[in-house]
Amino acid sequence: MTFRVHVRVMPRQGLLDPQGQAVEHALTTLGYPALETVRVGRAIELSMDAADAAEAGARVREMCQRVLANPVTEDYDVVVEGA
Amino acid sequence: MLRVAVLRFPGINCEEETLRAAERAGADARYVWHRDTTLGGADVVLMPGGFSYGDYLRAGAIARFSPVMAAVRAHAEAGGAVLGICNGFQILCEAQLLPGALMRNHRLRYVSRPVACIIEQTATPFTGHYASGQRVELPIAHGDGRFVADTDTLRMLEAEGRVVLRYASDADNPNGAMDNIAGLMNAGGNVVGIMPHPERAADPLLGNTDGAGFFTSMADWHAMRRPAARLHP
Repeated sequence: MTFRVHVRVMPRQGLLDPQGQAVEHALTTLGYPALETVRVGRAIELSMDAADAAEAGARVREMCQRVLANPVTEDYDVVVEGA
Repeated sequence: MLRVAVLRFPGINCEEETLRAAERAGADARYVWHRDTTLGGADVVLMPGGFSYGDYLRAGAIARFSPVMAAVRAHAEAGGAVLGICNGFQILCEAQLLPGALMRNHRLRYVSRPVACIIEQTATPFTGHYASGQRVELPIAHGDGRFVADTDTLRMLEAEGRVVLRYASDADNPNGAMDNIAGLMNAGGNVVGIMPHPERAADPLLGNTDGAGFFTSMADWHAMRRPAARLHP
């Protein structure tokens, strides 16, 4: 069965996120009020064959540990579509 | 004779300066392609700067999986000397041969200019010719040079004297690196990563020779180490 898997990689809380700050400044300049924080990360979509959603999720979490995210600076979450 | 491997990944730069700086220090330096699986018998590995694989995903993240990196890991684990310059440093961090990570510069800009640095650790294969505390001016050229590590790792690096190179002051820090860290070494002291480019400051023609010591130190380190290597081939 083919699964679509969505990965969201975000800079770890507490680490300086200069991209998020720059976007926040731009939004404030455009007049959007009351912004607390803006953070910028990365979204990755995969389409893959797996026996079931659990197997797809486990495999993608391993990919995150090994390459898709840097465990020193980033957190990730994995969502398997339709699971 | 000291044999040096200068690694070539697609998208890197300054490999020629690196090769020539090693040659000027008396080494037999050769390029090693990223798809090679051996280092050609090299005593020292130099990993140049640049943008391997276009810095896709994260700087150094893809290069880390190049075939040659298995040989580099084995070389490092056997105590062999490795110097990662700029992108080379990023690859070593991604490969977890050095702790921490290098993130986007705090001002989001690529910075290319000379910076004042302090040599902090001289007990490495690449800094023996410097004095501890010596001030040097070295070129930097990077967009992702902000060294980041968790509090425990930072404390360990400081306690164990593993910060090799530091930006001379907060004002000299070009990228927001924690503790002004510009370069560090692994626990064994044989693997060193630095953001500045010593090979761009290793020839009088370039107007600055402050970086030449990284290469002449390497030659001396090898010469002193050779007798021991003969006992344990």
